Amino acid sequence: MSINYKTSRRNLLKSTAGLAGLAAMSSIIPGKRAFAADLTVGFVYVGAKDDYGYNQAHAEGAAAVKEIEGVTVVEEENVPEDVSVQKTMESMINFDGASLIFPTSFGYFDPHILTMAKKYPDVRFEHAGGMWQADKHPMNVGSYFGYIGMGQYLNGITAGHATKTKKIGFVAAKPIPQVLLNINSFLLGARAVDPTITCQVIFTGEWSLAVKEAEATNALADQGADVITCHVDGPKVVMETAAGRGAYICGYHANQSSLAPDKYLTGAEWNWAKVYTDMVNTMKGGGTIDNFIRGGLKEGFIKMSPLGPAVSDAGRQQFEETQAEILKGGFAVIKGPLNDNKGNVIATAGQSFVETDVALESMNYLVEGVVGSTS
Amino acid sequence: MGGDIGLWGVPLAILGGAIRVSTPFLFVSLGECLTERSGRINLGLEGTLVFGAMSAYAVAYETGSPWMGVLAAMIAGSAFGLLHGWICSLPKVNDIAIGIALMLFGMGLAFFFGKSFIQPVAPDLPAINFGFWSDYTQVQAALKVNILFLIGIAASLGLWWMFRNTKIGLIIRVVGDSTDAARAMGLRPNLVRLLSTAAGGALAGVGGAYLSLYYPGSWNEGISSGQGLMAVALVIFARWNPIYCFWAALLFGGAGALGPALQSVGVTQGYYLFYAAPYVLTLAVMILTSSASKTMTGAPAELSITK
Repeated sequence: MSINYKTSRRNLLKSTAGLAGLAAMSSIIPGKRAFAADLTVGFVYVGAKDDYGYNQAHAEGAAAVKEIEGVTVVEEENVPEDVSVQKTMESMINFDGASLIFPTSFGYFDPHILTMAKKYPDVRFEHAGGMWQADKHPMNVGSYFGYIGMGQYLNGITAGHATKTKKIGFVAAKPIPQVLLNINSFLLGARAVDPTITCQVIFTGEWSLAVKEAEATNALADQGADVITCHVDGPKVVMETAAGRGAYICGYHANQSSLAPDKYLTGAEWNWAKVYTDMVNTMKGGGTIDNFIRGGLKEGFIKMSPLGPAVSDAGRQQFEETQAEILKGGFAVIKGPLNDNKGNVIATAGQSFVETDVALESMNYLVEGVVGSTS
Repeated sequence: MGGDIGLWGVPLAILGGAIRVSTPFLFVSLGECLTERSGRINLGLEGTLVFGAMSAYAVAYETGSPWMGVLAAMIAGSAFGLLHGWICSLPKVNDIAIGIALMLFGMGLAFFFGKSFIQPVAPDLPAINFGFWSDYTQVQAALKVNILFLIGIAASLGLWWMFRNTKIGLIIRVVGDSTDAARAMGLRPNLVRLLSTAAGGALAGVGGAYLSLYYPGSWNEGISSGQGLMAVALVIFARWNPIYCFWAALLFGGAGALGPALQSVGVTQGYYLFYAAPYVLTLAVMILTSSASKTMTGAPAELSITK
């Protein structure tokens, strides 16, 4: 359905532009200009809108934007990270009149968003990731992201209280900085409870490989990991397999508690609804959105799933205390003395990297206590 | 949880992986074996597998019965097989090209209809616990055998016996080895191939049902990740013998479990290399078993790749 729609739009684009473009356009545009406050916002997803993970989290944000009065939302899913995303953005701009676009996948940025931003300087492009630089990139492009590593730290605290084997597990896709920060944070959260805990990590090599994710989860359970979390695009397989093996689970991207309510401790969720409505309201009010936006728990960019029944009272207390600490701002998960798991010094005593430190966005190590390797 | 099993985790994971992961390989390769024995190649089984997985999950969710899901996957699979068989029976049609087209068609259709079934949870197929004698939960988990796996073993034995000892088996083999001889015997090669392709499609559909209803046990668009294509290659590896198909499927399943298992015991360097184990293994076996004098032992003579 969506494919047909796109093709017909594109054909329409060709014919109108080729033959009587101006005449045809002028009949559309005045209608839109009659309502100056109206705003059309476009969302582009790399996968299915309801993948129970990364894309769904963004789509829920888009759903919140729809509720704002005078705002129209257009969406397209399963758009590959190639020239098709440029066509999608172009059709959103020309036919839906979108003046703010959220291409949500990491690989959309260079060169696709940059090309479109130069071609349509009046349209605002907002990208989830971390690559906008003032001296290199157009001013109508912005970057936003959340400190979800803090959420994995809190996951780790509940895991530290729940584990009996003192071994926790992490199914990871690829060893990129955001994933490594999540793994390290999960372990350090657990070590805030008991410093003897270790975390086994297994990389699957891809964002979405159902069978390999299930095998990795089983291998972790075989080795005695009794709390498992993950960083893959759709955590459903890991959650179901882990719970099926009797392990506790910590969610990621979205709330997965309904998959195994008894085993679900808590989860680190995106809260794009808040981020997106803020940005759209700024734009609607005639303001300018910052080019570099970051936020964590305090700013409402991320949130935690409600604690499950398996979390002990001690666990609940430490979770709430730590969450309150983080909410004050300036919390550091990576702080000295700390070595990586090869024995290199990451931070000396007294040295710390607070959540806002950009150095964390180029993380390339696993900390001591994580069993695994980045290559 | 059970005790600490340390390095024993690796052989155990390979055994468990062989049992868990092999079933889709087994069903698809049996389906392809049947189709190819009749002289036709169906490369579209990857699409059939994915569509089977989607339809099984959707029907199991709607009806609450996983077996209805398996039935739906069989019907959908045979429909894809019939379509392939019918198009290929038209003159001057290349079965390899049609197979690739139907593979993409099946996947696209499955993604389109499958949208609303990513999030719901469908009932799983039942499994038999053959590890009840062990105190280790790890052993119990590895020896949890799904009924479809047992059906797969029975099907490979049954197919093997059918090819050797029955009239139907003989007819399929004759059609696969020489269209002219089959015509001379009064057989209708196109009809035999149509039915073989349909039956092969049904088997591949069941493989899909196993993916979505047992392991990994949910529907999403990355569920197959090319297993259907690998299973087609397995048939050549297994020399068109259903029994060898079973062993080849086990080998692939077990080798696939090697990567995660090694990482879990702390062998963490170079995991991308371990993930290539099934393919390296195939290459090695192919080279070792190849012969300069006798090419393609067991290959049906009417197959378009051998002509």
